[in-house]
Amino acid sequence: MQSRPLRITAYTLCSAVGDGRAATLAALRERRSGLSANDFGPSPIATWIGRVAGLEAQPLPAEFAHWDCRNNRLAWRGLATDGFIEAAREARDRYGANRVAVVMGTSTSSIGASEEAYTRLDPDGQYPADLRRPIVHTPHSLGDFVQHALGLTGLSVTVATACSSSGKVFAQAERLIRTGLADAAIVGGVDSLCGSVLFGFNSLELVSPEPCRPFDVERRGINLGEAAGFALLEKQAPSGAWLLGYGESNDAHHMSTPHPEGLGARLALNDALKRAELRPEDIDYINLHGTASQKNDEVEAKLVADLFPTTTCASSTKGWTGHTLGAAGIVEAAISLLALEQQLLPGTLNLRAPDPACGPQIQRDNVQREARHALSFSFGFGGSNCVLVFGRDR
Amino acid sequence: MTLRVAIEGVSFWASRLPGWDVARAVMRGEQAPPETPSARPSPTLLAPTERRRAPDTVAVALEVAARACEASGRKPSDLPSVFASTHGDVAISDYMCSTLATTPTLISPIKFHNSVHNAAAGYWSIGTGSLAPYTAISAYEYTFGEGLLEAATQAVCEQRPVLYVAFDIESKGALSTMARSRGLLGAAVVLAPANQSQQQRGLILTTESVAECHPTPARSAAASLVAENALAPCLPFFEVLASSSPRTLCLALSRQMALNVQVN
Repeated sequence: MQSRPLRITAYTLCSAVGDGRAATLAALRERRSGLSANDFGPSPIATWIGRVAGLEAQPLPAEFAHWDCRNNRLAWRGLATDGFIEAAREARDRYGANRVAVVMGTSTSSIGASEEAYTRLDPDGQYPADLRRPIVHTPHSLGDFVQHALGLTGLSVTVATACSSSGKVFAQAERLIRTGLADAAIVGGVDSLCGSVLFGFNSLELVSPEPCRPFDVERRGINLGEAAGFALLEKQAPSGAWLLGYGESNDAHHMSTPHPEGLGARLALNDALKRAELRPEDIDYINLHGTASQKNDEVEAKLVADLFPTTTCASSTKGWTGHTLGAAGIVEAAISLLALEQQLLPGTLNLRAPDPACGPQIQRDNVQREARHALSFSFGFGGSNCVLVFGRDR
Repeated sequence: MTLRVAIEGVSFWASRLPGWDVARAVMRGEQAPPETPSARPSPTLLAPTERRRAPDTVAVALEVAARACEASGRKPSDLPSVFASTHGDVAISDYMCSTLATTPTLISPIKFHNSVHNAAAGYWSIGTGSLAPYTAISAYEYTFGEGLLEAATQAVCEQRPVLYVAFDIESKGALSTMARSRGLLGAAVVLAPANQSQQQRGLILTTESVAECHPTPARSAAASLVAENALAPCLPFFEVLASSSPRTLCLALSRQMALNVQVN
């Protein structure tokens, strides 16, 4: 069974640059970063973060209080943006609540709620009463919340393969639709700032003390961010951009370092182009993983320089949003879709002097030009790689 | 839609059901479980220095993954894989939360990178040199059924054999009152497209409403040995595989949907 193109009939994203497609597009056009000096938690490390404003003061509606936590608040913010809930509920009514699958990606889900509980354990070491809600202390917190929030009752899965999570959700959803296990799917991802990732990436000496500078020769590491994004995938629809293909692989190399020649990334790219029946010269824009870590950017820059013609524009948008980890796949998928829709190919914020490994494909400035096909790269810990191929509505 | 896949290899590990041969015999009522619990399996795929410090998730997942591949006669590096775990590494989560609450700047970088849900899948791919894609999923109490469905879907869609590995470990500290799970439990199967396999034994999978397909309870003497592990819902499936006659069972996929599994 060959994979088939699917229509993307609704999509949205919320990140540090703002809520929704219009706010994101404005930030991209105006080259306005969402990064700010780290002020997360009681003893913030010296770095910059992509923080979504106002989540602390916005508990979930009473009917969803059971799932309340920062990560699910951010999920709700995303669902409520760009009319996504309405589109999802309309799909539910059309196909049936059992026939719309939910496939969500995250790296840490709502571990922030468990972290908070550990700072407020009662004298006999038990959770505080308000956090005694098992569903927010398990990885599927996200998938379960999204399914309930949309009134769906069928398949619901949380994919957690670190930074490739919400790229891989497109692949899993396509398979569910191809085999007829679902008629449509809500895919997406949410990751929120928490101590685990801030102090964890700090322990690996991967965070930058300054705003991240993807592909810059003087880059000093990543900035963590938080974000939510969702897309509605359908087999048939009169309009909408296309998911044309995807590729998945892994490096079989190291838990926290990419393969030096990008072996797995190349396999994922080949698989994706093959499914989409496209060649590198057909690709107008690539949204790179571009975390601004030393290794990732070096490997990725080489890969792009080796495999793509100079007519392909490539960039990292992490200078706007930070690295949103398990949400990076969907955030950058949404930015790629915006790029195709608006014919605006974002450049790379904070890039001054490109790493010598960069070819002419990697853009510093935004480019306004005709574009039909875009790729989005997501590479994660544990060597997990995912490449998505999108096509403009036609 | 009906998915047809062959079963090419089965494995199982719990401390009192250490290996599929013992587990199958206990499930068939042919022998009593061993009195003495076995020690945690050693992940021999890893370098000797890494074996001892490997987390429980990695130890149990790599054990069942390797045994299922052996039983199938397939080369591990050829197989895409689906790793499913309800709670992931809850022991490391407890460590992360405790350390963050007291001395956050002392977080161990190794514990941090082992805390990702795909750590076991990552070590498996490194240990076997497999570049084939893996995934790592969770679906709370429906984890085992959702993972089985994803593995079968991959086998059918991509027309290649797939390794399915499911595991949960013992939770620790305050988190253990929320993410409940006792003991180690791992189980794995290699599934292949029915038309590409020499194996006669296979699964026919369809989705139905829970009203039509009420989740099958565990029945054997093995049930009480793993009942408190978060992956206990996998047991009815392995009880059916343990039997040599054709049987049907239902695995819950959501509050309203179930997977009808016919084993021939």
